[in-house]
Amino acid sequence: MRMTCLNMVYELARNDSRILFIGSDLGSGTLQQFKEEMPDRFFMEGICEANIVGMAAGMAMEGKIPYVNTIATFLTRRCFDQIVIDLCLHNVNVRLIGNGGGLVYAPLGPTHEATEDIAIMRSIPNMTIVAPADAEEMKRFMPLSVDHPGPIYIRLAKGFDPIVTKEGVPFEIGKGIVMQAGNDALIITTGITLRLALVAAEALSKSGVRATILHMPTIKPLDCEAVLDLAAPVRAIVTVEEHTILGGLGSAVAEVLAEANFHKPKRFKRLGLPDVFPDEYGSQDTLMARFGLTSDNITATVKELMRE
Amino acid sequence: MSGSPIVAENVKSSSCRGLDERSLDLRVAIVKMLESGRRGHLASALSLVEILRVLYDNVMQYDPKNPRWPHRDRFILSKGHGCMALYVLLADKGFFPKAVLRTFCKKDSILGGHPEIKVPGVEASTGSLGHGLSIGVGFALNAKQSKADYRTFVVIGDGEANEGAIWEAAMCASKHQLNNLTVIIDYNKNQSYGSTFEVQDLEPFADKWRCFGFGVVEVDGHDVGDLKTAFLKLPVERGKPSVIICHTIKGKGIQCVENNPDWHHKNKVTDEELKNLFHSLRID
Repeated sequence: MRMTCLNMVYELARNDSRILFIGSDLGSGTLQQFKEEMPDRFFMEGICEANIVGMAAGMAMEGKIPYVNTIATFLTRRCFDQIVIDLCLHNVNVRLIGNGGGLVYAPLGPTHEATEDIAIMRSIPNMTIVAPADAEEMKRFMPLSVDHPGPIYIRLAKGFDPIVTKEGVPFEIGKGIVMQAGNDALIITTGITLRLALVAAEALSKSGVRATILHMPTIKPLDCEAVLDLAAPVRAIVTVEEHTILGGLGSAVAEVLAEANFHKPKRFKRLGLPDVFPDEYGSQDTLMARFGLTSDNITATVKELMRE
Repeated sequence: MSGSPIVAENVKSSSCRGLDERSLDLRVAIVKMLESGRRGHLASALSLVEILRVLYDNVMQYDPKNPRWPHRDRFILSKGHGCMALYVLLADKGFFPKAVLRTFCKKDSILGGHPEIKVPGVEASTGSLGHGLSIGVGFALNAKQSKADYRTFVVIGDGEANEGAIWEAAMCASKHQLNNLTVIIDYNKNQSYGSTFEVQDLEPFADKWRCFGFGVVEVDGHDVGDLKTAFLKLPVERGKPSVIICHTIKGKGIQCVENNPDWHHKNKVTDEELKNLFHSLRID
């Protein structure tokens, strides 16, 4: 997904002189072709992310569209003040591409695990947050990122994630995508957790539970209308995210549901990371499993809610 | 202007002495703003007056009737809390009516305690220190990349230079040889708590900027002639960004405010205090 995203920046930049790429201290050879063909629009500015965000804001105020790329934690945690003031208060067209959303960097430990990036970005006015499920969805999204007004945070997954999105479904920023429909339960996902939900829904259908899967590649602005429409007929609602349960997709959905005041109460559960720093290394998959982010646990959670 | 460092004691001594009518008039306008809002960073604004006056009177290209004129020089007051001095200059030049100054910090005013881009003539919203220079680097880098002819001027405070982001931006400006960028430091030797020498000493300040790849010049920041000369000789060194270290007095022009930490920021300013401030400026 990262390769696809950066390659898209290159492709888009070839046809749009407003587009710039700014990296911090990325891997050797990153976007080499971009650098060779458009050297005046390729910047590798070193390990000074705060300056990079401010500089990108300045260039955006002058009409450029900078795509800034580094590890997600260094963008969202270190540069919070710059993102709030320089990007969001000025509402400029800077695109932040965060490598390693969620537990991608499991072997590298908590300093590199972007487990609260969505919560951080969600709290800032004017910010748009996008977390595609796979590289194909990224391809559909990236052209829309060029002229979208205001800053965007693009959350990248690991790469080589299985393709689970549907080719014919156009991407629309701010719109959820119904992957399958069912009237018993609603499973809402973002990023790569869509894949887990698809497997879970299949298992559920074998048990006679028909689930709707609502994929939310845009977390902010949240497609509240889709949440409310799809939540209305079902009994159980589960959100699934590779992110702390505080302040992310689950919280966003909970806020909408809490104010919906349905006549019949809903059963609701957030699946995500608990409010702790991950205490193991291993891989993204093993760490996700440790915190219950598996298709089996989604299945079990939906069944439990349906029983209650 | 001098090649050797100038220390605060050598700057023309306190109060109004050495200030001409224009400098006094601008200070009176600042105190009138304070009177309207009954609050503000008065001392931080007073040390900036001559710097801004020379920039707007003699140095920068701009069109008050067309604040977004593409060829305008870009100006960022990174030490946003000094905004009363900026507002007074912008009104003086016609970016907005002088009557607007009387709305300072009021509910529907465009003029708050830190400048925002909704104010005609303000390029960047500032107030969180350490941001303006990076934005200015972006402006200057864009000018280079787009072959645009505007210059970028960023005023930072001395306390603001405590921020690491300032030095990140300095490295970046130097790397890109931004000779179209000038950093102006209001080196009044005082920050909120007290003396910069006690809170976080910046010395050897000029050498730091030289090491970071800047052409450096030091001036008496209240001497209009010195300032003009420094600005006319930009860039200080060919192929490098410039820094003009302006040795100033915090609160310059009003004796009871000068170097007095109580006046870094004040709210609920009383009639008695205002009377004294105006009296110091010889207006009763």
